[in-house]
Amino acid sequence: MLRETLFNRLPRSAYLWIGIIALILMPWVVGASGGNYWVRVLDFALLYIVLALGLNVVVGFAGLLDLGYIAFYALGAYSFALLASPHLPQQFETIAAAFPEGMHFSPWIVAVFSIILAALFGIILGFPTLQLRGDYLAIVTLGFGEIIRIFMNNLDRPFNLTNGPKGITAIDPIQLFGISFAKPLDLGFIQIPGLYLVFYLFLLLAISVAIVCLHLQDSRIGRAWIAIREDEIAAKAMGINTRNMKLLAFAIGASFAGVAGVLFSAFQGFVSPESFTLWESIVVLAMVVLGGIGHIPGVILGAVLLAIFPEVLRGIAQPLQQALFGHVIIDVEVIRQLIYGLALILIMLYRPGGIWQKGGNNS
Amino acid sequence: MDIFLQQIINGLVLGSIYALIALGYTMVYGVLGIINFAHGEVLMIGAMVSLSLLRLILGFTSDLPGWLTLLIVLPITMAVCAGLSYWIERIAYRPLRNAPRLAPLISAIGMSILLQTIAMMIWSRNPMTYPQLLPSIPIDVWGSGATITGKEIVIIVVALAVMCGLLFLVEKTKLGRAMRATAENTQIAALMGVNPNRVISITFMLGGALAALAGIMIASNYGNVHFYMGFIPGLKAFTAAVLGGIGNLKGAMLGGLLLGLIESLGAGYIGDLTGGVFGSNYQDIFAFLVLILVLVIRPTGLLGERVSDRA
Amino acid sequence: MINLKVSKVMFMKSAIAAAATLVLFGCGKGGDKTAATPADGVEVKIGHVAPLTGPIAHLGKDNENGARLAIEEINKSGLTIDGKKVVLTLVPEDDAEDPKTATQVAQKLVDAKVVGVVGHLNSGTSIPASKIYSDAGITQVSPSATNPDFTNQGFKTTYRLVATDAQQGPALANYVVNTLKAKTVAIIDDSTQYGKGLADEFEKTIKAAGVKVVTREASNNKATDFKAILTKVKGKKPDVIMYGGMDATGGPLTKQAAELGIKVKVVGGDGMCTEKLAELAGDAVINVTCSEAGMALSKMAQGADFQKRYKERFNADVQIYAPFTYDAVYVLVDSMKRANSADPAKILAAMPDTKMDGLVGNIAFDNKGDMKEGVITLYDFKDKKKTVLDVIKM
Repeated sequence: MLRETLFNRLPRSAYLWIGIIALILMPWVVGASGGNYWVRVLDFALLYIVLALGLNVVVGFAGLLDLGYIAFYALGAYSFALLASPHLPQQFETIAAAFPEGMHFSPWIVAVFSIILAALFGIILGFPTLQLRGDYLAIVTLGFGEIIRIFMNNLDRPFNLTNGPKGITAIDPIQLFGISFAKPLDLGFIQIPGLYLVFYLFLLLAISVAIVCLHLQDSRIGRAWIAIREDEIAAKAMGINTRNMKLLAFAIGASFAGVAGVLFSAFQGFVSPESFTLWESIVVLAMVVLGGIGHIPGVILGAVLLAIFPEVLRGIAQPLQQALFGHVIIDVEVIRQLIYGLALILIMLYRPGGIWQKGGNNS
Repeated sequence: MDIFLQQIINGLVLGSIYALIALGYTMVYGVLGIINFAHGEVLMIGAMVSLSLLRLILGFTSDLPGWLTLLIVLPITMAVCAGLSYWIERIAYRPLRNAPRLAPLISAIGMSILLQTIAMMIWSRNPMTYPQLLPSIPIDVWGSGATITGKEIVIIVVALAVMCGLLFLVEKTKLGRAMRATAENTQIAALMGVNPNRVISITFMLGGALAALAGIMIASNYGNVHFYMGFIPGLKAFTAAVLGGIGNLKGAMLGGLLLGLIESLGAGYIGDLTGGVFGSNYQDIFAFLVLILVLVIRPTGLLGERVSDRA
Repeated sequence: MINLKVSKVMFMKSAIAAAATLVLFGCGKGGDKTAATPADGVEVKIGHVAPLTGPIAHLGKDNENGARLAIEEINKSGLTIDGKKVVLTLVPEDDAEDPKTATQVAQKLVDAKVVGVVGHLNSGTSIPASKIYSDAGITQVSPSATNPDFTNQGFKTTYRLVATDAQQGPALANYVVNTLKAKTVAIIDDSTQYGKGLADEFEKTIKAAGVKVVTREASNNKATDFKAILTKVKGKKPDVIMYGGMDATGGPLTKQAAELGIKVKVVGGDGMCTEKLAELAGDAVINVTCSEAGMALSKMAQGADFQKRYKERFNADVQIYAPFTYDAVYVLVDSMKRANSADPAKILAAMPDTKMDGLVGNIAFDNKGDMKEGVITLYDFKDKKKTVLDVIKM
């Protein structure tokens, strides 16, 4: 009762402002209480939001189960790694000659490039799978993800493109208008640590992607996807070009992952094939499924929860077991996997729409 | 020439393993229409359970001949895995039979993760050695220089025997007729007096028992087990089943053998054929490439599908 | 205008979620507190990172124990820096052998204001983490990372107490050429940073010595069936097979080679060189010769004594690298003493002049942070047990 009257007094836009201020202050609050470590976790969580939203387009909107989604993330990451590190000039003399000061492409240019590249690969993946049922599609996309990873891992022979399992190091950090995000920004009255700058940048990206998704959802394309997801034959009968719509879903989903990959690469400073395994694809899928499949706020919630969860678990599970039992009985890693497996099954059985599902007409 | 023959032998042995697993997959898919992602993990649990049993027996006495010890452990392990499969179907798949098609698939992935984790907790995260109870001494094949070991012969024979047994079951018995009817059209079968739930449960249990057998064969062949040992063979066996025609028992056998040969010959010769550009380091993706090719060119598989139409 | 459809309920839920996560952060931070605060004296923290979960958790724990033993002994005998009594505290972290986790726990240690870090165990985690330590100016001494790239990045903070693959590879190659007198060799790796790196170093030296590499194959670190690769190798008739990888794959590979009737020796690096190899490879293990990038415990002057003290304290046997983490702590403390300060920057500045005797021998660093007197130990499995074959001083 009181809650209602309290909220009824504030105009709609007030929530927006409160939300914006909270988000601006978040890295400061978190940094003060938890240290840079937790700000870093938040930064990764924001990247995961972008990934989850992208996968949501494919799985949630269009109903296509993609188990190899992380491959597009890898493509974006390696694009930037190759275009903004000393690796290529070191390996190939012609490139060293063409770029005497080294390769330092701006992340923004590479982002655009990787959007196109990832979308292209999304279409390449989509083509052979157009006729496939859900289960076959899942396996083929899984295979695609593995193929990309194995290529990344082995393209150091006969010529060294990706540096194989060693990965690519010394990647340029994010730069905006000449300000490097690897160092603190000195504004005179206040010093903003690099990690906080990264937070704001990733936050802007996540919000932009969410807005794009919201628009897609309410557009003709979005409705076409829902039609395909529910009953493909009926959709075709209604005149929807299912082939193009499916390819579009793959392409758009892939492009989100591509951009996220570029930023990941610049943020972490190095990439290796180990970061793009099947397990990562499953983690992103879990974020979408557990959060609220097809429901944008749910997907965001899922991404945040599952990104923070392993860190929280790490902080709690070990000391808790130490305190209760004197030593650690079950590894934190094992607990994490156990919860993932159980969560996927239980959600499908009891709440298939996800934790935060679409209210109203539940399609 | 002996190298080529050896690769053929390697391929046949590997292929028999894939075929053994694929037979279980294809049976379940034929009747239920879902990829039982957890099939590979049931295989792994079968291997682990048999390891514990073997350790128990060998702890008491090592006087029994190797094959006899295995023979004692086999039915117990198969029973355990059959039971496990029954419960997996009841808990994770049956409630989702009428749900949108993504749901049982995601549930299956979750089940696969869960089983791996349980194995990690009960047994260990490290690889463990498995007692070598079958003969491992290389036998020369027709004096050609290529070798095969006793345990590998056992695997090939077992795979063939299982296929024949299953064919007999499916074609010539009442249960088999019920399975085929349920695979064809569950509702009509129910109208005809078949109890679909019972048939599905039995099919799953049979699949579980087969997975246990495959697990023991694999463990005996390679001499070690680890919690991850079921996942990749499971995927490859699924590819083999699709290659041969999902739901089709002879297809699973053919698909398995073919896939084994492709992997062996590929790993052995691709390096030389492409002048070192692509080598054995790409052998993991042969299976996936085969899968994509098959699904694009001949989606029903080499010998044709045998599964109900689930849109 | 963009219609964001912010509903009241949505806002409430987000607010609750945000508040909950902030509370959890607090809990998480609370969970970071490790050992009890010292009774008197200044607390100085030393970080240690290794995989405490995962397939090599037993090795990670072994590393941590070695560091802990050193810290406890130093505290017992008392440490005074700049006139003040100092109590050392170990801050142990787990990187799960994963590069991303490694960077996160590195950040955690930097936040916790450690004055130096012993770690990480693997090259694949030490290298990405090193950037974070370098940016923060914190000395990093790895007890076991063998990849040459670790000290090749131009950072001032990277040090290690083992030889590198750039030394291990050639040591193996020299053994193959001079002792085994091989004219042809086949090389197989497991497609990991460690395995491929070691195989590459081996290949460079062996080719330079005029030996022919009949084929270069690759598997992966989860493979179980090597028959196809080995059959191809058999057809090329090498005198020796070299495998870059861990014992989990090296063991089955050795066994299957024997099953195929391949009678040549198999040489490998420290990843394969474990007691467990005998179990995993079965009878065929007698064909194996392998190397470790450091001094063998049995050859260390104080080795037996260390083994005894370790067993008394932890009721377990030394696995491999505990002596190295033990020494790493002493190296950090030695720098602390010479700088007469617990300031990380001063400790870092004192590192290049290190000259001390540790369990592993004379410790002095070259200008990259590698050991000046690295040692490679060769082992074989003559009676199916790991025995020292030769000690090579680099």
